Amino acid sequence: MTRRLFGPLIAVATLLFAGAPVLIAWAPYESTMGLVQKIFYFHVASWVMMFLSAFVCGVASAVFLFKGRVAADRVAAAAAELAVIFGLIGLVTGPLWARKAWGVWWQWDARLTMALVLWMIFTAYLLLREYGGPGSEKLAAGVALFGLANVPFVYWSVNVWRTIHPTTNVVPTLVPGMAGALWWSLVAFLLLYTAAMMARVRLEGQRAALDQLYRDLDDWGGQPHNEG
Amino acid sequence: MQMRRRMLILTLTIVTTCVTVAGGEVRGAGWSAAQPAQQDEFVPIDELPPEDQLPAAPLLVAAYAFAWVAIFGYLWSIWRRLTKVEQELAELARRAAER
Repeated sequence: MTRRLFGPLIAVATLLFAGAPVLIAWAPYESTMGLVQKIFYFHVASWVMMFLSAFVCGVASAVFLFKGRVAADRVAAAAAELAVIFGLIGLVTGPLWARKAWGVWWQWDARLTMALVLWMIFTAYLLLREYGGPGSEKLAAGVALFGLANVPFVYWSVNVWRTIHPTTNVVPTLVPGMAGALWWSLVAFLLLYTAAMMARVRLEGQRAALDQLYRDLDDWGGQPHNEG
Repeated sequence: MQMRRRMLILTLTIVTTCVTVAGGEVRGAGWSAAQPAQQDEFVPIDELPPEDQLPAAPLLVAAYAFAWVAIFGYLWSIWRRLTKVEQELAELARRAAER
């Protein structure tokens, strides 16, 4: 099922990604920022995927912690990696936009700083899993819960605190030309996210199967155990 | 020993996060005090010094190029890792079946 869906998902997502620049080029220019505002369409889409990943990772980690389901831990590990990738895209595209729009690459205001902290939490999650040794999955799951709790603060920070970043009101009030390009980008990102998530969860499953096979061979006194 | 190592990693992670947040708050306070100056004249862009005449197109292209490379590079990395693990799995399964 997963394998059958993967190909079409990647194909449709790639087509949408190929078409995105056309729609983005057709979208009207914003009055004060002009051309550089068009970074918005991928910048917002990448942060939406980052938030989605944080949510998936947090919920799956909670299921793993409180119900002990190993499958949920695999989903959490996959989602954390995607959170770091999409967060990185957001953190790189944002300053490229800010340099022209605000005159600075970075501003230590509430939104930007909290977004960076959110990204660091999921980076810490991956580092914990990689270098934390046996049992680090549970510690990492605890870190993911902090990441999940941070998401609403990042989202509403622009409405609550004084910040240079545009408010959340920008998206619902977009004119149709801009909204169409944004929705197109969001669907492209979402399909790609789904495909990447399926492949990444499969990778975790295959790694677990490989570890199990090495353990079985160890028990039979055959192969040396592979820690990797 | 393992537990101590894990606690050390967790403590370092929390301390790093707290230091970043605290640093951001201190700088943020300085920012809110500095308001942008009110504009009282319009200056044509070609009269600005070269460092202020920043074109938007290279930034836009850089942003989209980075997103494309990151997304498809990441997909490629998953495919590579998955292929490697599946090959190793098939090889081990074959050896196990031979016993």
